[in-house]
Amino acid sequence: MKPAPFDYVRPETLSEACELLASDDDARIIAGGQTLIPMLAMRLARPAKLVDILRLKELHGIRTERDAIVLGAVTRQVEVERSEIVRRSLPLLAKALPWIGHPPTRNRGTVGGSIANADPSAEIPLVAVTLGADIEIANPSDRARMPADEFFIGPMLTSVMPGDCVCAVRFPVWSTGRVGTGFQEVSARQSDFAFVAAAAQVALDETGRCIEAALGIGGVGDRAIRIDVVALLGENPSSASIKEIVRAGTSELEANSDLHASADYRRRVALTLGVRALDDAFADARSGHKALQ
Amino acid sequence: MKVRLNVNRQLREADIEPRKTLLDTLREDFLLVGCHAGCEHGVCGACTVLIDGEPSRSCLMFAVQADGYEITTIEGLSPAPGELSIVQDAFCETHGLQCGFCTPGMILTAHALLEGNEAPTREDIVEAISGNICRCTGYGQIVEAIEHAADRLRKTNVPRKTGGAAQGEAAQPDGPRGGRS
Repeated sequence: MKPAPFDYVRPETLSEACELLASDDDARIIAGGQTLIPMLAMRLARPAKLVDILRLKELHGIRTERDAIVLGAVTRQVEVERSEIVRRSLPLLAKALPWIGHPPTRNRGTVGGSIANADPSAEIPLVAVTLGADIEIANPSDRARMPADEFFIGPMLTSVMPGDCVCAVRFPVWSTGRVGTGFQEVSARQSDFAFVAAAAQVALDETGRCIEAALGIGGVGDRAIRIDVVALLGENPSSASIKEIVRAGTSELEANSDLHASADYRRRVALTLGVRALDDAFADARSGHKALQ
Repeated sequence: MKVRLNVNRQLREADIEPRKTLLDTLREDFLLVGCHAGCEHGVCGACTVLIDGEPSRSCLMFAVQADGYEITTIEGLSPAPGELSIVQDAFCETHGLQCGFCTPGMILTAHALLEGNEAPTREDIVEAISGNICRCTGYGQIVEAIEHAADRLRKTNVPRKTGGAAQGEAAQPDGPRGGRS
């Protein structure tokens, strides 16, 4: 359980970090280290150089923009969990955060780390895909934005190229209607990796009709995906019709088998949790949540 | 690589390889062996230390990353040599330990919880220690110990951070506090 030797550098600026990454194929970014260090300890990863970006101020913090909340890549998960802005404007993310790891790993783990690691069962990528967040990526010459849905390719696989650095995640804020959220997860033990997780957010107009709806499922296939729930729009759906819509949306779901759960189990639970998450979201919105700020 | 770490309010120096974890550095270079090496990949919680007051796995941090933070190990909790802190004492009193391997991590985690939350519920306690594995006690006496410590702390005049994490105080940005060490 000792990592192989590596060089350690702590650049002062993002551009310096990008240069370092671009000039060495064997260099990897470290931030909170809560996933990378176990991989190093088990020697599943053996980078020659670690570029520590954790203290880059330009990558840190929670910022409100016109219609979005921008989370800097090295913002620690615990900071997001405690953030009043996130609770108010990104209630779905606030609901998902306590499911990430344990309190001590959330104290060190970062938002960008969870995104860049792209674990199919991870909560922050699931919320990012569900809400249609954008990932901001920097390289030595440029800064680009990419929709979360394109960013995640497969297990631990993203569109990040060598020399790129995830620098922020931009979550859209829903500003019309009464917004409600639901988050459901099943795992072997509390805080363990999700076999299946479901995240839902809906917005209702003053008559209780659904004007916006999003449902995402994680942990089932190679990456988190958004489920088509467009049939909810304009409706004031009963539990039964929510179930029919989720059933239709999840019928073709690609699912993986592993020693914890079969693909069949995952597909079945995806339907159940998807329905529960949406039920929770509607109940939450109907109980009179105000529009998000 | 040379590192200077602020451990238990003392500046300590070591010349170490970058691949050395904070855990191994605390144990081997500073002889703070109350910090226990269990799984060494972030699962068991035996190596828990406080980083700026927040419980963290010392096996999931390299010592070269740890400069500038206030690091507290179990050795830093007791008020004076030969004495026990209130939380440590509560663990003894309620038999919150058997073999003792998980105990430093449990106590540091409990200490951090009680710094920010005067009257934690049973759920708060269970959530706080959910990342620390104990194979002896079945956790019952540990939860009891923390409840007992909370009760005793409420009856003392020991100043604590009021409010704190549990009541939604904004977390501090990462990075060193209080200037360079």
